[in-house]
Amino acid sequence: MNKHQNGHGNGRLVAESRENMTFSVNREVFVSREILEREQRTLFDQCWIYVGHDSEVRNPGDFRTRWVAGRPIIFIRGQDGTARCLINSCRHRGATVCREREGTARNFFCMYHGWTYGLDGALRGVPGEEAYPPSFDKAKMGLVAAPRFENYRDFWFLNFDPGAPELVTYLAGAKEYIDLVVDQSPSGRMEIISGTQEYDIKANWKLLVENSVDDYHLIATHTTWLNYMRNSGVNVAPPKGSGLLLPTKGLGKDLGNGHLTTDNPNFRGRPVARWISVYGEEAKADIDAIRAELVQRVGEARAARIADTNRNLVVFPNLVINDGSSVTVRNFYPVAPDHMRVTAWALGPVEETEAQRARRLHAFLTFYGPGGFATPDDVAALEAVQQGFAAWRDVQWNDLSRGMARNDDQLDTDEGHIRVFWRRWSELMETPA
Amino acid sequence: MNTPRASAVSRAEVEDLFYREAELLDAWKLDEWLGLLTEDASYFVPPNDKPDADHRFTLFTIADDIVRLRERVIRLKDPNCHAEYPPSRTRRMISNVRVVATDGDTIAATANFVIYRFRRHAAPYVFVGHYNYQLKRQGGMLKIAERRAVLDAEELGSLGSVSFIL
Repeated sequence: MNKHQNGHGNGRLVAESRENMTFSVNREVFVSREILEREQRTLFDQCWIYVGHDSEVRNPGDFRTRWVAGRPIIFIRGQDGTARCLINSCRHRGATVCREREGTARNFFCMYHGWTYGLDGALRGVPGEEAYPPSFDKAKMGLVAAPRFENYRDFWFLNFDPGAPELVTYLAGAKEYIDLVVDQSPSGRMEIISGTQEYDIKANWKLLVENSVDDYHLIATHTTWLNYMRNSGVNVAPPKGSGLLLPTKGLGKDLGNGHLTTDNPNFRGRPVARWISVYGEEAKADIDAIRAELVQRVGEARAARIADTNRNLVVFPNLVINDGSSVTVRNFYPVAPDHMRVTAWALGPVEETEAQRARRLHAFLTFYGPGGFATPDDVAALEAVQQGFAAWRDVQWNDLSRGMARNDDQLDTDEGHIRVFWRRWSELMETPA
Repeated sequence: MNTPRASAVSRAEVEDLFYREAELLDAWKLDEWLGLLTEDASYFVPPNDKPDADHRFTLFTIADDIVRLRERVIRLKDPNCHAEYPPSRTRRMISNVRVVATDGDTIAATANFVIYRFRRHAAPYVFVGHYNYQLKRQGGMLKIAERRAVLDAEELGSLGSVSFIL
């Protein structure tokens, strides 16, 4: 069977012709176990992968266990104050040595044979140690740490490739957009708010990359959310009169190394620092005060950049930071070609008052999350897409050419920024031998 | 809070309310269901990892005041509510109903639930948990002032979205 019919592909899964202005992705990339296996080895074992936020392990001994890049991980702050990323697997026979979701630990105890490890991973105790031969070296039997573990402005990432470039180099243009999020805090300190949204989507993980930054789908998929905004007295039409430092219209941007973002004028309100009617009249003075602090700290122009624009940022390959009606940090992993696990958190400035925090969380739930007015419809859309892919042999190609004929900036409703992801995916997955 | 007084409310009356509510929700008679609520009712689904938390400080799955709850009903009746179109078939089993406290016109009651949700070509979704209710006696009618649906699952996981009313 000719796998690349219709003149597409030339044997490639991501087929682009700038001359003909075509960009297609073969649907095999969403259904193939073999491709998923290669993604695990190529993307998740070689890219910087998000682990957690510094605020989640605030005090010595604080830990979180989670799955990162297919591995059980302990994200832990040691007694020395250093955040570490340890692989949660006993060096003896493999059991996870920490089985709680989160907490504060003094050590890790393997329930299988009783080996005990310090918070830095060092092997401390081995019951019946005298039975081991001289070759057994306790000093070399500590929990294995991720080969690389670095943070940018409190966002911690690991890398299983010891030779990878530094995180700050890897992040490239994404740093500027992380800054726009973190600078919302007067002290430059954001925190993950308690409460985790963990839900599965029966769809390929890459579909959530696309969906998280795809503004073309807003009108069709999120009609009921737009209705809710309208019913609440929010003007949902894009504002006029931005410019200079601010995007005059929604844009889709290439941030290098496969990272991408939307960059949109805000018209849905933001807890920092743009009031809309759903927040209530009583919130107006408070949001004005947040704005005044921001202007005083960073100046008019930067304040407008932070407060009057939204961004949905993808850090390649699987971290999304949506900074709009609230801030969500969203991470997701493939379980199977047609199945992903999503974890989502809310992020806010550490200085927020109770009223400000409550307003942020209320705004979050209006749009985002498994009980929000929008996310469940995204999930439904992605699952419908995955069902359609069952016919991938018959209907082979996704079209992602939207906006290719445009001479100036790509809009957020174009697919230029989504093509950024696919080009990087193709570079890593399809580089000719 | 006083200890329950048989004269304030009977378990049978609370059960009748819960069974009626389950019937309306399973039948997607959502406007009628809103009629069981007070004018300032709220509806909460706490996050699976923090079931006892306060929605003002913790990210919930759902934390609706009456304004957003009414909007949720508008959304759920709209064919553009893609997650629930066509509407899921649901069946609620409500059990272990107890009146736990009364205080004037306010009654605290709890119940366990198992809610089966079916969608075409999908494996059944089974939501298991308990409700904490605050009920109010208004003009002789027992009404729901607050309902909190607490899921037992450690994470939503394969339950996916909470796109219908638990």
